[in-house]
Amino acid sequence: MSDQYKALDFFDVDELYTDEERMIRDSIRSWVSDRFMPVIQEHNRNATFPTHLIKELGEMGVFGSSLTGYGCAGLSPIASGLICTELERGDSGLRSFVSVQGSLCMFPIHAWGTEEQKQKYLPKMAKGELIGCFGLTEADFGSNPGGMLTKAVKDGDHYILNGSKYWITNGSVADVAVVWAKLDGVVKAFLIDKGTKGFRGKEIKNKFSLRASDTSELILEDVRVHKSALLPLVEGLKGPLGCLTQARFGISFGAIGAAQAVFDEACRYSQIRVQFDKPIGRFQLVQNKLVWMAAEITKAQLLCWKLGKMKEAGKMQHFHVSMAKRNSCWMALESCRLARDILGANGITDEYQTMRHMCNLESVITYEGTHDIHGLIIGRQLTGLDAIM
Amino acid sequence: MEIVVCIKRVPATDTAIKIAADGKSIETQGVTFELNAYDEFALEQALRIKEQLNAGSVTVVTVGPKEAQKQLQDALARGADKAVLLLTNEWVHDSWACSHALAAHINKSKYDLLLCGRQAMDADNNQLPSRLAALLGFGCVTEVSKLSLANGVFTAERDIEGAREVIECKTPAVISCNKGLNEPRYANLKGIMAAKKKPYEESPAALPTSAMAIESLTLPPARKAGRILGTGAAAVPALIAALRNEVKVL
Repeated sequence: MSDQYKALDFFDVDELYTDEERMIRDSIRSWVSDRFMPVIQEHNRNATFPTHLIKELGEMGVFGSSLTGYGCAGLSPIASGLICTELERGDSGLRSFVSVQGSLCMFPIHAWGTEEQKQKYLPKMAKGELIGCFGLTEADFGSNPGGMLTKAVKDGDHYILNGSKYWITNGSVADVAVVWAKLDGVVKAFLIDKGTKGFRGKEIKNKFSLRASDTSELILEDVRVHKSALLPLVEGLKGPLGCLTQARFGISFGAIGAAQAVFDEACRYSQIRVQFDKPIGRFQLVQNKLVWMAAEITKAQLLCWKLGKMKEAGKMQHFHVSMAKRNSCWMALESCRLARDILGANGITDEYQTMRHMCNLESVITYEGTHDIHGLIIGRQLTGLDAIM
Repeated sequence: MEIVVCIKRVPATDTAIKIAADGKSIETQGVTFELNAYDEFALEQALRIKEQLNAGSVTVVTVGPKEAQKQLQDALARGADKAVLLLTNEWVHDSWACSHALAAHINKSKYDLLLCGRQAMDADNNQLPSRLAALLGFGCVTEVSKLSLANGVFTAERDIEGAREVIECKTPAVISCNKGLNEPRYANLKGIMAAKKKPYEESPAALPTSAMAIESLTLPPARKAGRILGTGAAAVPALIAALRNEVKVL
């Protein structure tokens, strides 16, 4: 029934969590083992998302789990984070799906939408009956979203949008898109429903990374939406950046899950793989790699636990999230490379999950602020000097 | 319908069991405990019956240590309405004593249906449901792998030697649940959040002095290494001889 996965908890970080947080974590962990692990290899090969599981994810309550009301679970930040860890233990594409739905799409509607917008979208999104996507990045504006070319023009009771968005998770499957566009030079958010004339998603194919996740281009050609599609309570880049802070919080926890998965796989392998008549786990160089991974995973667990506590207390700042996101993605990717090394040639096939995680993490370390950009955010906080602007 | 589900906290099935220093119990340090898998079928069935009737309640009861609260919380998170922990620090391996403790509690209220797993996966006694039914004066169907309810009558199916037996039973009844009965649900997040607000009580288990005691526990002997008799067709006579004279299966 379940796979053999054992999560590393070298420092008994478990005891820092509440009973409820542990129960939530365990429930998601079992679900991933029973429902997701048996299908991920096939979906990764075929570059498809297991859409049949969306309803189950909704029933479990993982979409917008940290939001309150509108059918959302209202969980603690740490509980929501641990859900990300468990989902990303399965695949970064699975965690991405949930992050985009909750942190990037439901969060802005919840924070800045009208009551009508909230009622229209949030309960159905919480159940997974409506899928959302988030359109900020453009092909030529990644780290510099403020340069976006997508524009909205007012036309009576309507807005007309033109432009395109790139690298949009769930872009082709989404029922609603949160699209950021400049209205008279100011960044604003519009809710655009699937099927609106002039609006379409086009899947970006042949990816090496996040294969079990839809990544698309959004194309907007004279898209006419009623003024009620505007999110009224937000303007400027602080809007999308606020969403990204939420999502990066989830990634900080999520990437630990990917690292845990490959550590478990490599550690298990080192005990049964025999070379020179000994299990390779007896060799010092192999042990050293496992030790590095275990130490980095443990440090990241503790950093993220503190991050969660700060979020709960309302003390978390965006630069805290930058440090955690940057650290988790980096250590997870490095862990994959070490784990692949331990797995030897076997590690290059998809019978083992390490290289799938490694390829995924190349996206995760890049999206929602690259490793370097987060470095510059932290650097600005430390020195008071802005390296970007 | 008022339903009670008896559950047990048992070591996870993938645990590498070690015998404790006293030679009579298992080492619990580092062992993960979980809800007995057969009890998950019982709980799921109870929740489905309640949902079908859209009435009644599901109470989960266990005899166990303080730590068994975790398994009760899990049951509440999945949808049970109330949980009762009958506390004991002893390892309860005696079905006779355990059934008395459970019956003493169950008799305090009026229940129509009692669901149990067919056996607990630690001691594997497979006695508790029948003993409970006898103590409570309830009807009993064991090892049920299909159950339906219509007009207040249960139709239970169970696998017997080479056939399938169909039994009708009325309440009050004890039904022990087998694999195949249903697919247990996961605790959803709202259920987990709601669990801590549900009624939960603890009281000492009224365990009678057990008539039996464990004298010693030993692990099964390690398997002997295999023996290669030869390769190809040439090895067949030696293999047949070994199967006939040593293993005595031919």
